[in-house]
Amino acid sequence: MRSLTASTRRAHRGVLPGFGLSTGFTVFYLGLVVLIPLSLVVLKASELTWAEAIALTTSPRALASYRISFGAAAAGAAVNTVFGGLVAWVLARYRFPGRRLVDALVDLPFALPTAVSGIALCAVYSRNGWIGRWLEPLGVKVVYSELGVVLALTFIGLPFVVRTVQPVLEDADREVEEAAAVLGADRAQTALRVILPTVLPAALTGFALAFARAVGEYGSVVFISGNMPLRTEIAPLLIMTRLEQFDYAGATAIATVMLAVSFVLLLAVNRLQAWTRVLAGQV
Amino acid sequence: MTVSLAPTAVARSAGERQEDVPPEATAASPTGPSPAASPPGSAARFRLATEDPPWVRRLLVSVALLFLAAFLLVPAAAVVWEAFRGGIHLWWKAVTEPDALAAIRLTLLVAAISVPLNTLFGVAAAWSITRFRFRGKNLLLSLVDLPFGVSPVIAGMLVILLFGSRGVLGPWVLAHDVRIAFAVPGIVLATVFVTFPFVARELVPFMQAQGTEEEEAALVLGASGWQILTRVTLPNVRWSLLYGVILCNARAMGEFGAVSVVSGHVRGLTNTVPLHVEILYDEYAFRASFAVASLLFLLAVVTLVAKQVTEWKVRAESETWGGR
Amino acid sequence: MSIEIRGVSKAFGAQPVLRDVSLSLLNGELTALLGPSGCGKTTLLRILAGLEFPDAGEVVHEGESINGRSARERNVGLVFQHYALFRHLTVGDNVAFALRVRRRPRREVEERVRELLALVQLEGLARRYPHQLSGGQRQRVALARALATQPRVLLLDEPFGALDARVRQELRRWLRRLHDDLHVTSVFVTHDQEEAFEVADRVVLMNAGRIEQVGTPARVFEEPASPFVMRFLGAVNVFRGRVDAGRAFVGDLEFSAPATAERSPAHVFVRPHELEISLSPTPGSFVARVERVVTLGSAVRVELAAPPYGERIEAEIDERRSRTLALAPGTQVHLSPRRVRVFAGRQAEEDSLTASHL
Repeated sequence: MRSLTASTRRAHRGVLPGFGLSTGFTVFYLGLVVLIPLSLVVLKASELTWAEAIALTTSPRALASYRISFGAAAAGAAVNTVFGGLVAWVLARYRFPGRRLVDALVDLPFALPTAVSGIALCAVYSRNGWIGRWLEPLGVKVVYSELGVVLALTFIGLPFVVRTVQPVLEDADREVEEAAAVLGADRAQTALRVILPTVLPAALTGFALAFARAVGEYGSVVFISGNMPLRTEIAPLLIMTRLEQFDYAGATAIATVMLAVSFVLLLAVNRLQAWTRVLAGQV
Repeated sequence: MTVSLAPTAVARSAGERQEDVPPEATAASPTGPSPAASPPGSAARFRLATEDPPWVRRLLVSVALLFLAAFLLVPAAAVVWEAFRGGIHLWWKAVTEPDALAAIRLTLLVAAISVPLNTLFGVAAAWSITRFRFRGKNLLLSLVDLPFGVSPVIAGMLVILLFGSRGVLGPWVLAHDVRIAFAVPGIVLATVFVTFPFVARELVPFMQAQGTEEEEAALVLGASGWQILTRVTLPNVRWSLLYGVILCNARAMGEFGAVSVVSGHVRGLTNTVPLHVEILYDEYAFRASFAVASLLFLLAVVTLVAKQVTEWKVRAESETWGGR
Repeated sequence: MSIEIRGVSKAFGAQPVLRDVSLSLLNGELTALLGPSGCGKTTLLRILAGLEFPDAGEVVHEGESINGRSARERNVGLVFQHYALFRHLTVGDNVAFALRVRRRPRREVEERVRELLALVQLEGLARRYPHQLSGGQRQRVALARALATQPRVLLLDEPFGALDARVRQELRRWLRRLHDDLHVTSVFVTHDQEEAFEVADRVVLMNAGRIEQVGTPARVFEEPASPFVMRFLGAVNVFRGRVDAGRAFVGDLEFSAPATAERSPAHVFVRPHELEISLSPTPGSFVARVERVVTLGSAVRVELAAPPYGERIEAEIDERRSRTLALAPGTQVHLSPRRVRVFAGRQAEEDSLTASHL
């Protein structure tokens, strides 16, 4: 009988061996690599007085960097939601030559090191670049402008929307669309009233994921943006600049703002994914 | 529940109900023949209720492909083009130049340390999270995903804050005359942080979906924990595991932002391949820069191929083994 | 080798699954745990295997409590409903698994595998993979695997649940024959009454975490201990009446009801095949009107209504009798129960509360 409590505890967890070792190691490693360093940021940030903190986080340069980073990230994520959603639709519903290849390529921005994306985009959209040379006469300047930043962040977030929306479209029940057709809706109406609401949570999740990724992006942007303070300087670059100047407090301040935004986004994505699951269950 | 901040390849394919079959011809819609396989001659005559008119299809496909071309294909082609424009000889020279070789060596070293460590962690975390019930399990899973939401620059910053001469452990570092920040150890640490979740994120959904019955059977048959892990679990998840390792490795080798902060940018000593690419580009040595970048591009291609192979393997396995 | 379960209780969170269950498993016997889903039978099996641990009570083996021992140490054989075969190992490797993890010499392992495959009639399939086998074959591999180390008890969790009807029938008989040869103490979970009756020496009926009755198939069928048992083991007609001093009264009918003394409401149970139909009155019969006649092959089910006694009464007669009677909807007949089972007092109350439309 005395072994009962020990075994009951074990029972509630599960009978397979290795709980202590695996969980212990996981927590230890997690703490060492992730938690302790991150709590440092909080620690360092708390060293500042409120006045200092506010000054550092709201200096004109900092504010500009937020505007550029968050603004371009939002714009890029929005473009991705529209066009990425389109790509997901086309991949999920249609057949065309090269479909498998295109499907595989969608993951390229995710697999490609950011430095390579950075120089590639810069080369292509520069004045003499393959696409840049067509845009130049139209007066569209991509490199060294905010448009370039948006472009790079669109590139980087592309897979997130596509890969979030595509499975939802693939798994969607065709019978619902058939019901709509029988009830008299044409394809456009069906798409708008029946399909769109189904993929909406997935699309929003994709947007949030693309946005979250784009906000912290560095490598793909720094080449094409020109890094001009107050104009095309993204927040991560500002952090780096401050670090180089040994302004640890300043760097931490900006980092805290970015982490706070990431945290909020994480929560939003969590909620959205829960909503997606609920909808899927209801259907 | 878990927040996935990046597309996971294998869990998606394991969860897909269907084959890689033309969606119009899936078994899910019992309405009959596939429009994509419509017999010749009757092509335009009948259209299924769930099928879009041909002009719509063509338009949407064109727009989608145009978008992808502008954003994906053209830049990808540019890398390859620029890399080899000066001829294979120039390419070879750029890639085997001493600083480039040093960068390659360093990149390989960093990957050789961070990938095994994070793989070990990934297996432990997946085992813990998917094979047991305990309070805080979901929190643990969310924490594992944390590095995904953190900008790589911040990751590098953390190493500086800890080990920089003015950092928290600064005095200790100086006292022991150890160089961590702006040296190789710092690069390794930053890379470990950034590539932390990859293996776990591939394994967790897959192992969750697989269930614990085989492991329970092994336990009742008398296997120890290690025997269960090596004889039952790992063989069952080998493709997910492999893909996770490949992703982790790709990120470890390609990491730029974090390493950029932490590295001392000393040529031939503390530059990884991505940093070397940046240096060459900034010096207007474009051909050389793209030549070295093409190595990373190759790495990306290998990663993409690995994803396709893994998805295919997992799908094949779930079909043959699936009917439990 | 006897195994005893003493006062075992278990709850999952706030939900009790087993309530103070006690049972003795006799050496060499094949016992079936029979009951509806959710009655706790699978949980009890898993507790025997060591895959779950009781909140209270103990499992005793040869006088020694094995509560604290992990599944690994118990040397039991477990056959899962969905086989749980190691999908990446061949049939031979699956069967050899238990021996290999104990590091038995190779020669011994090979010999034993050959022996076991012959036992389950799967010789020659050692090099196949599970996905290349049929469901019935897979389950036999699972059985061979479980028997590899000559376990002290063999546990089977709805082993034929995932198979289709014909294969199920064959495997049932085959399992019984195997047990007759091997005499391993076995416990077998099922929700299928026919299966339990065909295979088991003793049947344990469970409901809502409690054991309702233990006995041979014949015994539990002829002498059900509770309304639940009677309802679970086949269709039954229930008449409401009362008991008084050893007699049960339903309308004008009177039955003997030994073992019931005080006056109380009663439920009188009659099996369809024990309701006799005749065209003219007989002693102890009551009038009923035929509503529907359904041919079920060799038997015929007659649905009747007899307003004071019940609106939906079911009788079962054989096909020959049905032809003789020439029944049609609307015909007036006389029903007399040949044999009844009376449950009174608390049992009748519980039956009113819990009886679903079984």
